[in-house]
Amino acid sequence: MTDTDTDILWLFIGVCGLLIVLSLFGEFLRAKGGEDNPVVETFNTRVSSWWAIVVLFTLALIAGKIGLLVLFAFASFAALREFLTMTNKRRADHLSLALGFFVVLPLQYVFIGFDWQALFTVFIPVYAFLMLPIVSALRGNAEKFLIRVAETQWGLMIAVFCMSHVPALMMIDFPGYPEERGVLLIAFLIMVVQFGDLLDFFFGRRIGRTRILPALSAKTWEGMICGVVSAAVIGGLLAWLTPFSVVEAMVMAALASVVGMFGNLVFAAIKNDRGVKDWSHLIPGQGGFVDHLDSVIFSAPVFYHLCVLYWT
Amino acid sequence: MKRLLSYPRRIAAKLVGLAIALFARFITAVRADWQGIEPVNIQRVYYANHVSNADMPMIWSCLPPNIRRDVRPVAAADYWLKTRLRAFVGPEVFNCVLVDRRPEARAADHDPMQNILDALDEGSSLIIFPEGNRNMTDDPLLPFKAGLYNIGKARPDVDLVPTWIANVTEIMPKGEVIPLPLICTVTFGAPVKVEAGEDKDAFLARAAQALVALAPTDARL
Repeated sequence: MTDTDTDILWLFIGVCGLLIVLSLFGEFLRAKGGEDNPVVETFNTRVSSWWAIVVLFTLALIAGKIGLLVLFAFASFAALREFLTMTNKRRADHLSLALGFFVVLPLQYVFIGFDWQALFTVFIPVYAFLMLPIVSALRGNAEKFLIRVAETQWGLMIAVFCMSHVPALMMIDFPGYPEERGVLLIAFLIMVVQFGDLLDFFFGRRIGRTRILPALSAKTWEGMICGVVSAAVIGGLLAWLTPFSVVEAMVMAALASVVGMFGNLVFAAIKNDRGVKDWSHLIPGQGGFVDHLDSVIFSAPVFYHLCVLYWT
Repeated sequence: MKRLLSYPRRIAAKLVGLAIALFARFITAVRADWQGIEPVNIQRVYYANHVSNADMPMIWSCLPPNIRRDVRPVAAADYWLKTRLRAFVGPEVFNCVLVDRRPEARAADHDPMQNILDALDEGSSLIIFPEGNRNMTDDPLLPFKAGLYNIGKARPDVDLVPTWIANVTEIMPKGEVIPLPLICTVTFGAPVKVEAGEDKDAFLARAAQALVALAPTDARL
């Protein structure tokens, strides 16, 4: 067993311990007369969904590079599917959308797998950006053309380009940080961002007073500040996973968490515009993949580029 | 001997059916939204809007397996008997009730409604598309054919369940070969019945209204 595997095991044991506590707490609430209480039921479905996510993610971590690439390629696929279900499109876009799903998405992950940084950082923002509108335009329907191509490109940027920067983290060469530990950096990013969100929600409920965007989201400044501070603390505690010092890990965690929370607001605005509450119903109790991953999606490219700028 | 030979064919039909349902779930994450009824296996006629050849497999795939086993889509014989592959998939995988839409091709004494009523009398549920054809217009529904009214009148105990299938035009527009993986939702509404003394046009208008009411509102441009 390598050091990395041992660390994955410790991480898994720690997270499982936390989930066991949450599951027992859920059962306790249920026993205390919450049999038909919708809040308790939502909490319990969410904890079950978390179990599934943690097991899936740990299996991918153990499988290493390929496992994580495949996992995130599927997450991209599910997120792109949710996003493009809500966008404007005409029959003329059929081919370009199919290319987005079945050519652009897999190629992006192949480029990341081969660590062709010069290609995966420009492939969607430059080549897909120019080529897919050409394919749409050649079909000759100009109705709402700019809106159609802009929404498609936005979907690809969010669901494929940004998401793919999570597995891209394991390709960065940090001095003095063994390559195979890259998978742990992914675990670090996801954990600080998701726990930040969770604690933002928790503190927002408890002490939240001032809503950031009253019309769009229940997020409050108080909750957000507590969430970011918690993310920084958790980041400091998890610094052993990363190539960073404790202080550096806290700063990176706080930054990722802040970007993620504002990303969450961006998605709230989009959902509000399209008149939906959730992106889909694929994850029981939590809506869709985009609902679940919006903060990670927003923070991943920023986190990636800061790592590349300061540590390599 | 013939019985013995039919086993591999039946197993093949089961497997193909499973593969179609899995494929539909993987591509479109097809989801059933039971708004007006519970997903229990009682005899029903699911009547749905029809925009694409993918409609029937979508509804079929999103039904729970125990309901799916007893449901028979009503489909056009001229389509499903055209090639050997279709003749396997239609009648054997989906267990379709085949009716011929072309009066000139029917035997003189053959009444297509009889096939449908026979299937109901055997206890099967049905999926039918009362518009009779794929809707290529911008209207939500084409005018219904009389079939739904005749079924409701002949077998008044059977629930007629409006079934709205959303998004399939975008997943698979006519003439395209690659399906787009967009999310497809099938919404089941509260059942309708032919009221005593209700005439054909009034009933069909009411049934169509119940179906259109299930369509999700679209906030897009």
